[in-house]
Amino acid sequence: MSSKGNSGTIVFALVVTTLSAALLAAAATILKPAQDENVLKEKQQNILSLVGLNGPNDYKKFEELVQGVVIDDQGTPVQGVEAISLDLALEKKLKSKNPAYKVRYPLYIYKDQQGKVTYLLQMAGVGLWGPIWGYLALDQDGNTVKSAIFDHKGETPGLGAEINTDGFEKQFNNKKVLNEQGQFVSVKVEKGKHDASMPHTVDAISGGTITSNGVSKMLQEDIAFYLKYIQQNPNNQAL
Amino acid sequence: MSEVLVQPPAEKKSLLGKKERKLLTDPLSDNNPVTIQVLGICSSLAVTTQMKPTMVMAISVTAVVALSNWVISLMRNAIPPRIRIIVQLTVVSVLVILVDQMLKAYMYDVSKQLSVFVGLIITNCIVMGRLEAYAMGNKPYPSLLDGLGNGFGYGVVILTVAFFRELLGSGKVFGFKVIPDAMYEAGYVNNGLMMIPAGALFVVACYIWIQRSFAKHLEEKE
Repeated sequence: MSSKGNSGTIVFALVVTTLSAALLAAAATILKPAQDENVLKEKQQNILSLVGLNGPNDYKKFEELVQGVVIDDQGTPVQGVEAISLDLALEKKLKSKNPAYKVRYPLYIYKDQQGKVTYLLQMAGVGLWGPIWGYLALDQDGNTVKSAIFDHKGETPGLGAEINTDGFEKQFNNKKVLNEQGQFVSVKVEKGKHDASMPHTVDAISGGTITSNGVSKMLQEDIAFYLKYIQQNPNNQAL
Repeated sequence: MSEVLVQPPAEKKSLLGKKERKLLTDPLSDNNPVTIQVLGICSSLAVTTQMKPTMVMAISVTAVVALSNWVISLMRNAIPPRIRIIVQLTVVSVLVILVDQMLKAYMYDVSKQLSVFVGLIITNCIVMGRLEAYAMGNKPYPSLLDGLGNGFGYGVVILTVAFFRELLGSGKVFGFKVIPDAMYEAGYVNNGLMMIPAGALFVVACYIWIQRSFAKHLEEKE
């Protein structure tokens, strides 16, 4: 192969790029199943960790431990789609592009050995730089938050990225989403003076205002959606 | 770097002769890519809060430098000079994407911790630096060794930095608690500075300080 002249250069470049592309395409195809499995496993582990099931192998029993329900905006269960395979962020994106789109939410119901029900909610929202998401455990009464976890794609380290730390997440334990009149008020992430006894607010992250607001908005929107189903099924006949 | 350039081509038959050993060991101390050439500093600040991801990062960088050095050296006589940088970049990118995809498939939690920094190996100056300074002008086998040596040199520094950052910043080594709870009860607190990138700057600086106070010949003459 000549290293001089334009044709030699172009041929060389074509050969190199074609080989590279073929190699990468092959690698991506071969490794895809293993990567997808990791993502699914992480999701299952996240959901189970809400009710304290943190064992390394608990996710293998995911199907037995929790029951998934897909609900529509009227709070009625939708058939024909599995909760775990529903992409909530995609649902919300479709909804924002087309207001007529009927958005669906995945809900997981966990029943402990005493038969007490915990609702495990999946949430999706937007932070400062990209998607944020979270999972929240709501008590049988449809009011008390038992635990919450959050994560993000690329919030600023030390600022918005703090939403996935214990310090932030633990604040949500025992918060209420309904006020004394039983109306939905959500849990808000707010700056300012706080003490742990305030039922509807948690302390925001300093320097992470936009991410904090994103979390607030996500909680407000998504908990309201799930409550329709939870309030229509107070004794949870679904189980 | 310049002393490497003027080396005559290796003629020895032995797989690990004196010259080959020098290729491997020089970058560990006297020609260390991080502390002497001051390349690849960015990632050594970013990924060194804990030892486990740092270890994976060191292995990834070593694999990328060694393999890209080898591949470029194999192609060195065919690469048209006008597009050599972009060809080098293509080879490096392919290798980095492969590493990233493998981590996502087999070491998912580590790949999440390293996040964008695996992709950023492409821009790690050590990689392009070795390709331009060594692989373009040397045979494949010495180039492979040169890549390995520089990868190890990078690894030694970032693992040392990570050791101190994890120990002082979270009281752990490789994720195992080494500072007993009794110390915390007695009022010991983890050093928050070590958890932020600025902490790494201090550790790297101390590393260079100590290294230069032992190896006086590295000091520039007045």
